[in-house]
Amino acid sequence: MKKWLTSTALVCTLALPVSAQDYTPDPNAKQGGTIIVTYKDDVATLDPAIGYDWQNWSMIKSLYDGLLDYVPGTTTLRPGLAESYEISGDGTVFTFKLRAGVKFHNGREMTAEDVKYSLDRVTNPATVSPGAGFFASIKGYDEVTAGTATSLEGVTVIDPLTVQITLSRPDATFLHVMALNFASVVPNEAVEAAGADFGKMPVGTGAFKLAEWTLGQRLVFERNADYWREGLPYLDSVVFEVGQEPVVALLRLQNGEVDVPGDGIPPAKFAEVMADPAQAARVVVGGQLHTGYITLNTTLPPFDKLEVRKAVNMAINKDRIVQIINGRAVPATQPLPPSMPGYTEGYAGYAYDVEGAMALLAEAGLADGFETELYVMNTDPNPRIAQAIQQDLAAIGVKATIQSLAQANVIEAGGAGTAPMVWSGGMAWIADFPDPSNFYGPILGCSGAAAGGWNWSKFCDAALDAKAAEADAMADPAKATDRLALWSDVYTGVMEQAPWVPVFNEERYTMKSERMGGEDALYVDPVSIPVNYDYVYVK
Amino acid sequence: MADTTGVDRTAPRGAFARLMQRKLALIGLVLIAVVVLGAVFAPLIAPFAPEEQLFDGLTLEGAPMPPGGAFLFGTDLLGRDLFTRILYGAQTSLIIGVVANGLSLLIGTVVGVTAGYFRGWIGGLLMRFTDLMMAFPALLLAICLAAIFEPSLWIVAMVIALVNWVQTARVIYTETTSLAERDFIAAERTLGASTWRILFHHILPHLVPTIIVWGTLGISTTVLLEATLSFLGVGVQPPTPSWGNIIFENQTYFQAAPWLVFLPGAAIILLALAFNLVGDALRDVLDPTQRGRD
Amino acid sequence: MAAYFLRRLAQAALILLGVSLITFVLLFVLPADPVRQIAGRSANAETVQNIREQLGLDQPFVVQYGRYLGALLQGDMGRSYLQKTAVADLILARLPATLLLMLGAILCELALGVAMGVVAAMFRGRAIDNGLMTLSFVTVSAPQFVVSLILLYVFAVKLGWFPIGGYGTFAHLVLPAITLGILGSGWYARMLRSSMIDVLRADFIRTARAKGLTQRRVVLRHALPNAILPIIAMIGIDIGVFMGGIVVVESVFGWPGIGQLAFQAIQRIDIPIIMGVTLVSAAAIVLGNLLADIVAPFIDPRIRLR
Repeated sequence: MKKWLTSTALVCTLALPVSAQDYTPDPNAKQGGTIIVTYKDDVATLDPAIGYDWQNWSMIKSLYDGLLDYVPGTTTLRPGLAESYEISGDGTVFTFKLRAGVKFHNGREMTAEDVKYSLDRVTNPATVSPGAGFFASIKGYDEVTAGTATSLEGVTVIDPLTVQITLSRPDATFLHVMALNFASVVPNEAVEAAGADFGKMPVGTGAFKLAEWTLGQRLVFERNADYWREGLPYLDSVVFEVGQEPVVALLRLQNGEVDVPGDGIPPAKFAEVMADPAQAARVVVGGQLHTGYITLNTTLPPFDKLEVRKAVNMAINKDRIVQIINGRAVPATQPLPPSMPGYTEGYAGYAYDVEGAMALLAEAGLADGFETELYVMNTDPNPRIAQAIQQDLAAIGVKATIQSLAQANVIEAGGAGTAPMVWSGGMAWIADFPDPSNFYGPILGCSGAAAGGWNWSKFCDAALDAKAAEADAMADPAKATDRLALWSDVYTGVMEQAPWVPVFNEERYTMKSERMGGEDALYVDPVSIPVNYDYVYVK
Repeated sequence: MADTTGVDRTAPRGAFARLMQRKLALIGLVLIAVVVLGAVFAPLIAPFAPEEQLFDGLTLEGAPMPPGGAFLFGTDLLGRDLFTRILYGAQTSLIIGVVANGLSLLIGTVVGVTAGYFRGWIGGLLMRFTDLMMAFPALLLAICLAAIFEPSLWIVAMVIALVNWVQTARVIYTETTSLAERDFIAAERTLGASTWRILFHHILPHLVPTIIVWGTLGISTTVLLEATLSFLGVGVQPPTPSWGNIIFENQTYFQAAPWLVFLPGAAIILLALAFNLVGDALRDVLDPTQRGRD
Repeated sequence: MAAYFLRRLAQAALILLGVSLITFVLLFVLPADPVRQIAGRSANAETVQNIREQLGLDQPFVVQYGRYLGALLQGDMGRSYLQKTAVADLILARLPATLLLMLGAILCELALGVAMGVVAAMFRGRAIDNGLMTLSFVTVSAPQFVVSLILLYVFAVKLGWFPIGGYGTFAHLVLPAITLGILGSGWYARMLRSSMIDVLRADFIRTARAKGLTQRRVVLRHALPNAILPIIAMIGIDIGVFMGGIVVVESVFGWPGIGQLAFQAIQRIDIPIIMGVTLVSAAAIVLGNLLADIVAPFIDPRIRLR
């Protein structure tokens, strides 16, 4: 059932020697300095088992480490707390050799027991981790979830620096899972001491440690002098100021008061910034593993008719929607974003064709159109995008009423299956890890189509699900290319059924202050979203 | 609210003439007339359709057009004509103003009169409930209610009424209690008049001036609350224009395109001001304790 | 007095109980599932079910409300679903900012309201009086979000006198405090004007005038202190008005107070925070009204005389 959580990607990198995977440090990087980063929303928690927000994702990456990690600015796996690892022939037993001498912020050395404790903790129902499901392939997961065991049977400590993880089925994305924030290694004693407040008193092995947290206002991270990666981090401290409107943050950046606006360049300031060459030079653009889409509920008439779904796909003027958001996206043709492995190059999808759409509607016996509802989250620019969609639909005779609601209400309507159409903006899928499987199960597979699931199209195609499962099971690194081809088939297969209208893939436009150093990729890091704090520096 | 000993039952008639002598009230009436006419004849006056996203209403980069040329007030972030949307937004404001305020007056009057006339445990219960509603942070309550009922124009009106009736209820309650103690009511009662007769023939007519005053002032409050809810994204649903949701949709652009915020903002202020001016003048005219003070 | 006080306190407790019940009911019937918010998009059915059980959200309404009330009576407002922090801590961390904003707003509305009211009363019937009274109507007719955007545009963006938002220095406080206070200043100007007019007719003012004191001295030293008393009694009631306003003002200015906390919590159905903020606001409103009622007899001469 949870096959969708598993898959293989980038398995080929495993074959490379460990040293070749690492990052070449910037020769100009200098130690020292403090930077100011702003966010609009408050930081909820810094507990790696729980944190799942835009703001805290990269903060947690800087405070903690997992067994694996990504090369900064890329989606390539590299060793983290595990120095090396071996995978059994059938792909179900992973043996991780831990780095010696790695210290937690409290001074204690990290051991294999901590790895086991951390995995037991994240899967324990009492922890209430939103990421628990990622670990479903570990042997003993079901017992822990059911409450009949408190420890994962599949995780065993061989010696203080060796931990072995046995899976209940082959799972090649398991390495990606071990690089997720949820798999961060935490010290037992600090968690027990902090109790429910561990998220406010984080202790990890990461490049930074928390120095100060004024709730609702600011957080200060300071350099971990004992950090196990030689010479890192460069910065002495990072100050996060929260509750700052993106427009305000950008004005302050223009005044030299802020170094990085965590929420990027707000649309209202975009034209102004791009028109000034001096400022435009400091703009950083990066792709995201993001797709904005409209779900068409395949269980509700008339969207149960394929022609209708195709007609809607053809009716949407994606170029104009991109224009409305100042061109900060590329029109999408398929569920996967272009930078995701498995993306089908050259796939045209459904071109904008009003006449064709009307012909299809007529074919479905709806020449006069129909009435429907479009749910959308009520934060800018989503209601605007919904109105553009509404106008496009009106052009083919479809009268859509907009329901612009709080996020929670939209998610409820989508999950319950009462929403005929949902514009995903504000709740759209951004990949947890760079693998095509991450875009399927919860949002397009049968498992997500159950009541309450995130598959708001309620799309369930048994043949495609089987194909996805087959791809998931291809754990052999040698078959990585075949696997990606299979995923490509799955997604083009999805598009033939047209449960979604993929609208655009957002690009991230952010800025940095004059004094910030480090390559651009660090500021739009695809994994350490939005900024890789460990590697940026002050000139 | 001052007490109303000696209410003149003919007050409303003479009142209009007195009202017309007040300059500020006249200004208010003219403003209201302008908005009402604009709303009613919007389809005739407006140069475009309110929901039409015009092809030439946006620059290539997706920026709105400034005021002038084909677009008197410029265009919004979807390339729609702002003048047209403000005109149609007047419909929304007025509908909500009248419906929501009518509803809240109705609830407030029923609660106030019932509690004030019958007293006893019913009155006690109703007034404690009114106290309870007073203790609610009104805006938070309205946001919660809007989230529950999935807003439409009518739902927003209902939410506002549910939040706004409390003041009216308290005022009407106070007046009803003092009326009920008056001699002529007691006399009616001894003469054997039925409760309904007393309520409809003696109590309610005396309350009419108060209801008119609160009804007028209340429209201003209602217009502001609708705008605020729409501004917070929980009010009138797009693409129906409301002055509040026009500002909500465009507020981040208040530097790059200030007209998108300030023109609808001015409309809200003027309409609320107009109802306040007229309401205040009505209070002076209809409330004898206030008379002769200026 | 003590009996009156106790009765009022008991009433206040009942009102808070009612507020908590109504809010809980509203959140219970809300067509949105807090568990979905907590679980996030990747959660599977078991995770969702587990979270529901852990938070007791699978229980019937009576049990949930009973548990909440039980904990509340022991001083525990619960933990935020999404922030995992004790709600009391979250509110306490943000309360100083909100109180500071309210204090600023009270000072601002008093200063503006008194100035407008005094000048209008002194020049009663003249153009300046009419102008100020019309202005007082404009201030009560302007929604806070429009005022805040106008102030931001003029004083922060165009003139650059104040920061465009944020928290920390006195300069940050000015615009939000004006926005929040300007509405009340209109009412106060009108109240002060009419109470000044009453006071200026009083005997002791005639005496003061007869003694040959200047108009300015009479107004500022003798009339104003008497006329301002009824207004002071109103401040308690303002707290209730401000509680609504802070949601808008704090969100426009990025002010880290409980209004922002509440609005974000509503968007994401973080029930413990919504309950907590609503109760704290309601308590503040009840307390404000109580204060106004208690203070009134002491400072309003007309009430004292009776």
